Amino acid sequence: MRQQVSRLTVLFVILIGALVAARIFLVPETFGELGHFRAAAIGDIADLQVKYAGRAACAECHTDVEETRLAGRHASVSCEACHGPAADHAEDPMARQPEKPVGRALCTLCHGYDPSRPTGFPQIDPAIHNPLQPCTACHQPHAPEPPVTPEGCSGCHGQIARTKAVSHHALLPCTTCHTVEEEHKLNPSASRPTKPAARSFCGRCHAPDATPPPDIIQQVPRVDLATHGGHYVCWQCHYPHFPELR
Amino acid sequence: MKGPESETMPDSRATGGGANQPVDRREFLSRSLPAGWVLLAAFTGCGGEPSAPAGGSEASAREAGSAPDSGSQAPASEVETSAARDPLAGYDPSQHKYAMAIDVDRCIGCGRCVEACKTENDVPREPFYFRTWIERYVIQRNGNTVVTSPNGGISGFPPVEEAEILRTFFVPKLCNHCDHPPCVQVCPVGATFKTEDGVVLVDHDYCIGCRYCIQACPYGARFLHPVTRTAEKCTFCYHRLVKGLVPACVEMCPTQARIFGELNARSSPLARFQRMHKIQTLKSHLNTEPKVLYANLDGEVS
Repeated sequence: MRQQVSRLTVLFVILIGALVAARIFLVPETFGELGHFRAAAIGDIADLQVKYAGRAACAECHTDVEETRLAGRHASVSCEACHGPAADHAEDPMARQPEKPVGRALCTLCHGYDPSRPTGFPQIDPAIHNPLQPCTACHQPHAPEPPVTPEGCSGCHGQIARTKAVSHHALLPCTTCHTVEEEHKLNPSASRPTKPAARSFCGRCHAPDATPPPDIIQQVPRVDLATHGGHYVCWQCHYPHFPELR
Repeated sequence: MKGPESETMPDSRATGGGANQPVDRREFLSRSLPAGWVLLAAFTGCGGEPSAPAGGSEASAREAGSAPDSGSQAPASEVETSAARDPLAGYDPSQHKYAMAIDVDRCIGCGRCVEACKTENDVPREPFYFRTWIERYVIQRNGNTVVTSPNGGISGFPPVEEAEILRTFFVPKLCNHCDHPPCVQVCPVGATFKTEDGVVLVDHDYCIGCRYCIQACPYGARFLHPVTRTAEKCTFCYHRLVKGLVPACVEMCPTQARIFGELNARSSPLARFQRMHKIQTLKSHLNTEPKVLYANLDGEVS
């Protein structure tokens, strides 16, 4: 055999050997089994850890809450949307207690007013809707009620109601001093409540010879309307929802 | 043919030209080639860290890193193909064809899907990495369209000037799991692929981080993981699907704006959704055949 032929043969054998070896060593084990990819990768990805157990797992133990939730307006809200991922808790209930959201931040993520939200979705302006109150003080998160026409004044005038509640006028209902028509609840600005127009109105309790309502047991401060305050109506100087002691 | 010939050229020239030590050189060539190969084989066989994505030995390094992995996870008795391994036991991908539907009119932009996705899939918390995210479209009276997605919408959206608004809405986005995925087509190493059940996945052990797929995706649904330096994207929570669960974003959506299910099933929530809504897909002119279906989508969205 001629020298160059044998050399070339050796070289080709080496090259082909290198190619075969490269294929054996460099191509991953399961590459090409299911397509132009490593089939084992599917198993690797499928093997990842689940963090959210899903509402069905929660319902296995928390049947009462699940019943309440499904009957209410949060039926489509998953438990873990508010309580956080809880696959570990579902696996071992003693391992960790899922968190209980406090305050207003979480609720307003959905229910804070945003013009981009679909029309009709229940929204509030967190700045004026009972600020500083946690939502759960009034709303049951597992079965929230839709907004209704307020039955009491505090539904809208919460700030006044809370101020009055700690004042000397705490026991007086709003209607003692304000006459409110039913229309005001439905259409607040069309029918405005009245305010006491004369000094004699306050004098019904605070005049020297007045008889306060029988359920008022505290001592009522008395003033002589003829000499006290000149021509002003009482509430122009005193704040009746939080009257000063003296 | 050109290569081997030119390799031998110096050799024959040396013989004919009567240079100093022609035999040595020939010997050197004939010995060094196999020797070099033995070295290379030895290197690929036992060397190589799993996390060494550098140079030409990359594929071999990854192969070496993944091989013991598969061996250690499966019981010693059944080191068979990946399809027979534990995580996929009892799961038949040929019985499924997944898709997601999104009702734009139901999205309230609360960002619970983004939060759930980041938690479930350990997506980096920095505001640049999202497997799913929410965009707010504000179409203004002057004709401009403003699209914002502050931190993907994970912590809500800032107030907008209402006087300017003509109409406004939220659009959740994610990988469209195209039936003709451009990202799979361009991957030079076969690290991203479409499974039999229609989900587009990334093989993190095999990805070389070249970013070609990130460029190719028309939906901006991919990113490079800052730590692993490999491509990342939505997997439809494949690890949940094989266990019979729905993706985390679907599970967490409080308004059921996201519907997940079987594309070919006659009765499934998705089939019902397809019957009851006018459906649109994103950038349908690209013929990518997305499997994320939108209902009530505005023409401004792309």
